[in-house]
Amino acid sequence: MSEFLQQLINGLSLGSIYALIALGYTMIYGVLRFINFAHGDVFMLGAFAGFYMAPHIIPFFGGAGILPALTVMLLTMVICAIIGVIIEKLAYRPLRSRPKLTVLITAIGMSLFLEFGGQLVFGPDPKLYPALLPSANIVNAKDLVIGTNSVVVILTALVLMLILRLIVFKTRLGTAMRAVSYDHRAASLMGINIDTIISFTFIIGSGLAAAAATLYATVYPSINPLMGIMPGLKAFIAAVLGGIGNLYGAAVGGVLIGLIETFVTGYVSPILRDAIAFGILILILLFKPSGLLGKFEAEKV
Amino acid sequence: MKRHRSKIFLGVAVGMAGLIALFEGQINPYYFQIIMYIGINIILASSLNLINGFAGQFSLGHAGFMSIGAYTSALITSSLKLSAGDASAYPLFLLALLGGGLVASVFGLLVGIPSLRLKGDYLAITTLGLGEIIRVVIQSLDFLGGARGFSGIAKISNFFWVYATVALLIYLISNMIGSTYGKGFLAVKDDEVAAEAIGIGGTRYKIIAFVMGAFFAGVAGGLYAHFVTYINPSQFGFLRSFEIVVMVVVGGMGSIIGVILAAVLLTILPEALRTIAQYRMVIYALLLIIIMISRPQGLFGARVKWKKLLRRGKIAPGDRV
Repeated sequence: MSEFLQQLINGLSLGSIYALIALGYTMIYGVLRFINFAHGDVFMLGAFAGFYMAPHIIPFFGGAGILPALTVMLLTMVICAIIGVIIEKLAYRPLRSRPKLTVLITAIGMSLFLEFGGQLVFGPDPKLYPALLPSANIVNAKDLVIGTNSVVVILTALVLMLILRLIVFKTRLGTAMRAVSYDHRAASLMGINIDTIISFTFIIGSGLAAAAATLYATVYPSINPLMGIMPGLKAFIAAVLGGIGNLYGAAVGGVLIGLIETFVTGYVSPILRDAIAFGILILILLFKPSGLLGKFEAEKV
Repeated sequence: MKRHRSKIFLGVAVGMAGLIALFEGQINPYYFQIIMYIGINIILASSLNLINGFAGQFSLGHAGFMSIGAYTSALITSSLKLSAGDASAYPLFLLALLGGGLVASVFGLLVGIPSLRLKGDYLAITTLGLGEIIRVVIQSLDFLGGARGFSGIAKISNFFWVYATVALLIYLISNMIGSTYGKGFLAVKDDEVAAEAIGIGGTRYKIIAFVMGAFFAGVAGGLYAHFVTYINPSQFGFLRSFEIVVMVVVGGMGSIIGVILAAVLLTILPEALRTIAQYRMVIYALLLIIIMISRPQGLFGARVKWKKLLRRGKIAPGDRV
């Protein structure tokens, strides 16, 4: 029972991180109808931004704690938001009216560029992300250890998702975003500036990825330039599982993938850790391609 | 007549490959290794071109097919105890290569079937995932050496085997593209719905492309395994798949000669630029982005003359093409 609880907590914290990344995928897919392969690498850049900033910020607050952690996370989010907008402007905007395959290949190129550019700049070996929070355990029983970190991760992710929901459903900007994702042309006829909305979507998506990176690094502090690949792919799978383009779907899918991965690793075999998500992807695409919460879209001729 | 000529080309090319193979001992071993890698990469890139370029199915799992071919053929030759330098081993080696190709093409079929329901991005991720699953499964199979790898494979691949396969593949592809089949491929790639409307079923062509592409990737894997004599699952990760994709994209999707040139270029380039080897992947990535933005048809691909089509009124501005 206690092992089950342990796995559940680990799965939930991993899953809420996936959910945050998946939200970025789903939002960008919503407005641009393409998968931003480089999203996982923006996540990686977020981890490195935090890695280089934290040693300067933590002493400023006189030690690890909530405030420095929050500062690092917010600054990281700002940095990644800027990077996200630059990526969109440089690589994706010139291709907006081109065939989808062209954009897809560019996105893959961008992803590889960030990964191996990162290897050049940061060095290929793993680095230790500094602890932002003093480590403590909320529950410390014989066979059940619940650290503050995993609880903080789950709560922060939850708060961020609620804020996102507020932005998307209660503000003018959010309404414009939903309009653009519904129909580009009609939205632009209604006086919505498509470019601004797309940039804004990249700001939010990349910001969430950066927050996810900060959370991820507090739980798994070893970071390297290729660390974004797997979480990126799994978060994408989470977005597909939930129904791509659907915000609730991304959140649910992320948590589900995190839980399934943790339980399979814990109870079946750790070697399946990276394969299980792809297995889920294939099953979902074969049996319910629209995802759990997505709606079926007929192809227009 | 034309068909006849291409048969002559095939015969001459295979003969030449055999002839050169007799003298391959004279070549500097380092250069010879590069020459072999060029041939193997041509097979990989051209077979992926069949899937990506001609059928328009963006696959990121080619290294997976390659690894299946490599492991299958290595398993066959090592259980038959074939040894290098023994000419009597050649028919059995051929059998092993075909076996590797066949098993890979079965997997190609398995990937091809879901690909019927998937488009663009989804297919890319699914094939990438399948490649990863194949890698993880091989890693966990003890009789294949697991993560330690499979060593002691007989070094049977030589110039003849590699370049005869290259010639055969080019022969098959160039003949097919001129045929009704090839036109079907292009029709499905350009507009699947329109192709189906005139009775060209997309299903069949996509599956043929996947099966054939996977078969040759498997053969390439077999040739590779019997050249390097040691394989392990990490040699066939998705970076390998990306490399093959870069060759196809740089050469021009759907261009036979362009992809061959790109495979040659991108195999030699990293060797020639050893001193800046750490920049290799960054350069590949930039190549992808720059080519997509400025020359999406690839360095050597045929250009679709959009402006001309516009002027003639064949398409209107804002059309989705």
